[in-house]
Amino acid sequence: MALLEIRNLVVEFGRFRAVDGVDLTVEAGEILCVVGESGSGKSVSMLAVMGLIGWPGKVSADVMRFDGIDLLGLSPRARRKLVGRDIAMVFQEPTTSLNPCYPVGWQIAESLRAHNAVPRAQVRDRVIELLDQVGIPAPASRLGAFPHQLSGGMNQRVMIAMAISCNPRLLIADEPTTALDVTIQKQILDLLVDLQSKRGMALALITHDMGVVAETAHRVQVMYAGQMVEEQPTEALFTKPHHPYTAALLAALPERAMGASRLPTIPGMVPGIDDRPVGCLFNPRCGRVQEICRTSAPPLIGEAAKFRCYFPLGESA
Amino acid sequence: MTVVMEARDIRRHYAVGGGLFRPKGVVKSVDGVSFTLRVGQTLAVVGESGCGKSTLARVATMLEPPTSGALLIEGAPATPAAGRQVQMVFQNPYGSLNPRKTVGSILMEPLAINRRGDGPAREAAARAMMAKVGLRPEQFARYPHMFSGGQRQRIAIARALMLGPKVVVADEPVSALDVSIQAQVLNLLMDLQDEFQLAYLFISHDLGVVRHIARDVMVMYLGRPVEFGPKEQVFAWPRHPYTRMLLAATPSVDPRHRKQSITVRGELPSPLNPPAGCAFASRCPHADNRCRNERPEPRDFGGVKVACHYAETIG
Repeated sequence: MALLEIRNLVVEFGRFRAVDGVDLTVEAGEILCVVGESGSGKSVSMLAVMGLIGWPGKVSADVMRFDGIDLLGLSPRARRKLVGRDIAMVFQEPTTSLNPCYPVGWQIAESLRAHNAVPRAQVRDRVIELLDQVGIPAPASRLGAFPHQLSGGMNQRVMIAMAISCNPRLLIADEPTTALDVTIQKQILDLLVDLQSKRGMALALITHDMGVVAETAHRVQVMYAGQMVEEQPTEALFTKPHHPYTAALLAALPERAMGASRLPTIPGMVPGIDDRPVGCLFNPRCGRVQEICRTSAPPLIGEAAKFRCYFPLGESA
Repeated sequence: MTVVMEARDIRRHYAVGGGLFRPKGVVKSVDGVSFTLRVGQTLAVVGESGCGKSTLARVATMLEPPTSGALLIEGAPATPAAGRQVQMVFQNPYGSLNPRKTVGSILMEPLAINRRGDGPAREAAARAMMAKVGLRPEQFARYPHMFSGGQRQRIAIARALMLGPKVVVADEPVSALDVSIQAQVLNLLMDLQDEFQLAYLFISHDLGVVRHIARDVMVMYLGRPVEFGPKEQVFAWPRHPYTRMLLAATPSVDPRHRKQSITVRGELPSPLNPPAGCAFASRCPHADNRCRNERPEPRDFGGVKVACHYAETIG
């Protein structure tokens, strides 16, 4: 049984569907990357899992189960017990996600106290141990430091320490390295993958950076305009993308276009609230568009490689 | 090829602190940078935040005077009048366009300030530039909030080109954009470079983008260039350990080549209190006592300048 299983997740803000029928499964101990451009609904779908979508957002799903527990039927009180303990999240901007008014040691201890994870007398030792695990030098002397006294990379380590404090089984990381420099990004990614393999926890990594996907993921989901358009194991996705959007996204990377002077681009832009196309959401920008794409939305097909396209690329048949 | 911009040993220092209980300090944001920029060429400056690349951009556009060193534009010392030859595109197109002005008035403003032409001529010039950067004529009277990030960056680029500059300083022009939009803007920058024979000083932290667009690359660390030379050589045979670390840290888009070999450690030291010797010594796997005490000067290796004591043995 999958650790996290979601079927037909829909998140609506008024008349805008930010997430439109997304299926998502995360197995225990795997790294799933959710990749997409801004506005593709990748962050919102994860916030929905955490139960962090507030008014006026509306969340619905056919199935939303974590380790067999139905998340939608749970009372808010029971859900709060689960979130932060078994499912934890790391956010994008470490410096704004941390509370500037409290020392980082106190903020890490807060989640330990809220979930009664360790006896009170041991909280301090546990915080030091956590800071050490995420690679902060001289952890005991950092307990009293405020977020503004630490660098962005150090703050992100604090966020990770906070997230893993109660030994979660699923860690959701929402663009954990986007605000950081490449050398720091590498350190944080190495740390996340290391923690994931040592603790056997599942990691759901949201990113827009194909490089990050290639370096870390076991399995990849590509999101476009609120829908999942393709899902494949990492290596297959990079060598044999089926959906034209995935292929175009890969081709637009400067690293892949070595030698060519012009980069292949995707014409147009992601549809907004008022110009959502009929049929396949990608049809106005797609190079392989046919009549049927403009009238009916393609279903999600395939077994090992799932995709949402009538005329997929790289079909041998 | 004619040189349009030359920087000779540019330094830009800032005085900080000096409060009641604090000693005065000096932050050497840019500390000895020299380069020449030729017509139609692109020089990329790469480095992490805090390495001084944005300060260099501000000095190159004459938004700030250098503390010492000389900036020459077409062989003459930079003056405000010559400053029109140098224009800038900023990182964040959401912050660099005035929300109260229409696209048309944003584009006509540089002409009005410099008293070029009359009203109809300015409008015609603005409309012609809009067509060049791929904006539609009916967007002339629209406001910036009605545009997406990529289109805003097109407006910012159009504004920079209104005065017909020779040099465009682009400070992270695509880092706020999505991948598919980033490719469109990079293509536009390259097309405009061909058409107007522009020289770009292209500031970026994204090595993939730099590799695509640049001719020469300068890698900066804590205010100083550590490696500077033609792109092909710098990427194929990086000689400075910091360049190697940057390349190793940049994620590759090929999942079959997951790099595990080089471990990246440490962070940029405080610019208020830089190390005595090589600034990179605290993070360098090859550092020894000489590195910690004696600052390496840039040395020439077949066209690439490298500031490392052990560039021969490492490279």
